[in-house]
Amino acid sequence: MFKFFQKTSVIAEFEIIKVFRDPTEIFTRSVQPALWLLVFGQVFARMRITGNVNYLDFMAPGILAQSALFVSIFYGIAIIWERDLGLTHKFLATPTPRAALVLGKALSAGVRCIPLAVIVYILAVLLGVHIEWSPFDLAGVLLMVLLGSIVFSTFSLIIACLVKTRERFMGVGQLMTMPLFFASNAIYPINLMPGWLQAISRVNPLSYMIDALRDMMTGLPCQFGLPLDFTVIVISAVMLLAIGAVLYKRVIT
Amino acid sequence: MDFIESTPAPAVLATSVNKNGAAAPPKIMLEMRDLTRKFSAFTAVDTLNISITQGEIFALLGPNGAGKTTTIKMLTTLLPPTSGDATINGFSISHNASSVRANIGYVPQMISVDGTLTGYENLLLFAKLYGLPRSERRPRIEESLEFMGLADHARRPVQEYSGGMIRRLEIAQSMMHRPPVLFLDEPTVGLDPIARNLVWQHIIELQKQFGTTILLTTHLMEEADELCDRVAFLSQGKLAAIGTPEELKNSMKDKNATLEDVFIHYASESLDSGTRSTFRTIKQERRTAARVG
Repeated sequence: MFKFFQKTSVIAEFEIIKVFRDPTEIFTRSVQPALWLLVFGQVFARMRITGNVNYLDFMAPGILAQSALFVSIFYGIAIIWERDLGLTHKFLATPTPRAALVLGKALSAGVRCIPLAVIVYILAVLLGVHIEWSPFDLAGVLLMVLLGSIVFSTFSLIIACLVKTRERFMGVGQLMTMPLFFASNAIYPINLMPGWLQAISRVNPLSYMIDALRDMMTGLPCQFGLPLDFTVIVISAVMLLAIGAVLYKRVIT
Repeated sequence: MDFIESTPAPAVLATSVNKNGAAAPPKIMLEMRDLTRKFSAFTAVDTLNISITQGEIFALLGPNGAGKTTTIKMLTTLLPPTSGDATINGFSISHNASSVRANIGYVPQMISVDGTLTGYENLLLFAKLYGLPRSERRPRIEESLEFMGLADHARRPVQEYSGGMIRRLEIAQSMMHRPPVLFLDEPTVGLDPIARNLVWQHIIELQKQFGTTILLTTHLMEEADELCDRVAFLSQGKLAAIGTPEELKNSMKDKNATLEDVFIHYASESLDSGTRSTFRTIKQERRTAARVG
């Protein structure tokens, strides 16, 4: 078990070195959440769909989760890229457990999201969003961002192992992102949705991630409760990791 | 023994003498037993039986689609065999894959180092993955860089390396844990003659210094002739001939035959039926060549 986490951290460590060697990616990625908060958020705030709750307080955690989703969901493309290079072959020929390779990659997607989280926090403060500053809440947000990224990047890895080419992956990636985002409570409350969409959003892990972030980032009440939110995300992560570990080697055949 | 008729039964020459003079040690490092891989109806590798002794440099030769890369993928545990088995240093690829992985180094045909990391970091990554103790990592990496003639470039990102340097780094990377068996899939594809010679020298050095058993594939018959103690020709997944380059050349009618003539002799029957040499493999090969060169 110790060895497993050791190998996982080795994979993650070198992925992190790579991210910080070329940080332009972090800045270009931060444009999108900025647009959502500064443009979309400003307009929607006037519609008062959240009743007495300040809309930006409601939306900021949703945009944080969205940033993590968008970074993670395209992570599979890196897996295909590494396969094309030959790196995957070499990784798989080492005695590293498959699950450690997959979890290491997924963790590094999570780490990519942390600078984005910082940027969303800064924007939120500038926009006057109410922020919970207790260390417990901040640590909780960090943990949830990491866990959520693991869920979506592993999901992405599984798709990559199934479709195997970049072109097909881009198509499928686009196809998944928007439904996951719109069928969640990111930018509107679940109780405003029609019944069928409510049903979908209740099985969407993104809704649980956002629910927890809303409580810990802006102090709005949880709909599902933190214990349920974390349970859903952890179970999703473990299930997807198990599937990913089995499928990972298929990307090379 | 008759090499001229390509009968279904492979022509086997038993004697193997190490190129460097000494008789090959008897220990069998790698043994394939009826190793077979099918892709639906197509048989890519067909009941291969080859034994390779410790310290041998051995080449798998044959046209595109003959089954060389599929064989290597099975031996490196990347692809399970459909039937049959192989053992590496006594460990079965089907039943003890994780021990096999600890006993092998593998350099795929494609580029397998990370361009954004430095040479040193690339080696450190694999030193850690192979579980080298902390205290041994640094000296081992420095020794490897020195050995491969890359010590001056250790701190440069690999994307600034030349093709030959990348190949040498890849070989160093797969030797971090000093495995007894090393697989090299077309180690010199896309390299100019000078870089190629340098890679050859390092392969021979590895064998001499560590007694590594090396199994490689190549399309360059000159390379196989120069480098290898023994070679095997595959044709449509089957073993067509096996022996030392000398033995195989002498088996031809033409007494001045080169290994290339031997290749043509065994390959000609399968030239246009090699359907398994797909668009994707050719694309991969050319892309690697383009990147390296």
